[in-house]
Amino acid sequence: MTRIEEHPILGTFEKGKKVQFTFDGKTIEGFEGEPIAIALRANGILIHRYTTRRNEPRGVFCAIGRCTDCIMVVDGVPNVRTCVEPLREGMAVETQMGKGSQKASE
Amino acid sequence: MRRIEMVSVGAGPAGLAAAIEAARCGMQVVVYDENEKPGGQLFKQIHKFFGSREHYASTRGFRIGVGLLDQARELGVEVSLHSVVLGIYENRTLNVMIRDQIEQVKAERLLVATGASENMIPFPGWTLPGVIGAGAAQTMANVHGIKPGKKLLMVGSGNVGVVVAYQMLQAGCEVAAIIDAAPKIGGYGVHAAKVARYGVPFFMSHTIKEARGKECVEGATIVQVDEKWKPIPGSEKDLEVDTICIAVGLNPMTKLTQMAGCKMSAVPKLGGMVPAHDENQQTTVPGIYIAGDVSGIEEASTAIIEGRIAGLAIARSMGYLEEESFQQKRNEQAASMRSLRSGSHGDARRVAKEYLNAVMKG
Repeated sequence: MTRIEEHPILGTFEKGKKVQFTFDGKTIEGFEGEPIAIALRANGILIHRYTTRRNEPRGVFCAIGRCTDCIMVVDGVPNVRTCVEPLREGMAVETQMGKGSQKASE
Repeated sequence: MRRIEMVSVGAGPAGLAAAIEAARCGMQVVVYDENEKPGGQLFKQIHKFFGSREHYASTRGFRIGVGLLDQARELGVEVSLHSVVLGIYENRTLNVMIRDQIEQVKAERLLVATGASENMIPFPGWTLPGVIGAGAAQTMANVHGIKPGKKLLMVGSGNVGVVVAYQMLQAGCEVAAIIDAAPKIGGYGVHAAKVARYGVPFFMSHTIKEARGKECVEGATIVQVDEKWKPIPGSEKDLEVDTICIAVGLNPMTKLTQMAGCKMSAVPKLGGMVPAHDENQQTTVPGIYIAGDVSGIEEASTAIIEGRIAGLAIARSMGYLEEESFQQKRNEQAASMRSLRSGSHGDARRVAKEYLNAVMKG
């Protein structure tokens, strides 16, 4: 949907094989090895977490692993920088609530 | 503890160029980079560089990156990825976290080429998903092949703002506008003209008042500012955008050099606090050199030359290069640099660099 099919300068993008993973329990698809955040964005998912005190949504900001705004719970581990963490088959990605309790388990 | 003749922190254009020069003289060189891939930001730059042929004119950034990497590999430079240099301690001892292991390293000579990070401006709604750095937009589109959004607002008309706005058009996004609080476009005319030809409006003397939206960006309100940069009530405009890119400048990533005790100096023209350094890129701490954006915000082409000068100076200081040969090679690079640091944009940077050299001499 938001993926660039044919780039005027770069042509087509080399991607890994298509894999399935879950976002808050729902099965979606992405390409192996690309950052989790990219696969989520391709599925129209922009909200990665809600802040501790004000419960405000946060998403990708720097996309290079520096700002840590995009952290989520991945395979049960909180605070994973999804903009640099490569996607693998069968990963369980969850919206992070505050410092790391999981939305899905609430 | 592992002993290494030369360590570069950062595998961007400056770090790689320095590594190549030193390795060519016979030095053992290890380049650490925290990222999954080397090349720094070069691989995101798909526009053609300009200048003369020796400055890679009309070569696209990512091709320059491929060339530097190939050269480094041929010369036996070890590029260690997923490697975060956590700290610099006495006598150039480093702690490096390589994946999840921490290694101690002693570097005979150390080059810090950590680059820069983006500046940000806070405004109501700036934390909403959909507000991103211009660098993030570039990373998404040019590295990962995904559109950051459907319709974007670019805040900032410097080179990063206009170049990334053009790249967003190439990626198939709409660009609603480029705004800047300054009265004049900051970037090179060539880049700005390319975006203007697509019909993208420039709103000069405008700033962002608010990012609107409940859970994500649904729109932006911009407002005109007076000559004192104060918002003019009633001049607000609403733009329908789902993404807001912030391109309001860069600042040198100097934390490691500060930790190492390098003398710092505030130079606004170079992006903020920068380590003082001499004409060979050496800081006030003997054996620690800097090159590229960490030594003052400039461009990839100047970063490469600074890297080369640092690499040559390091090789000379370790006895891998004869004085005569060093002088000759160094002069070639210095001449090349002079032509890049000329003109209305370059002159100011040259003056700022000369100031830093003077600070170095105390």
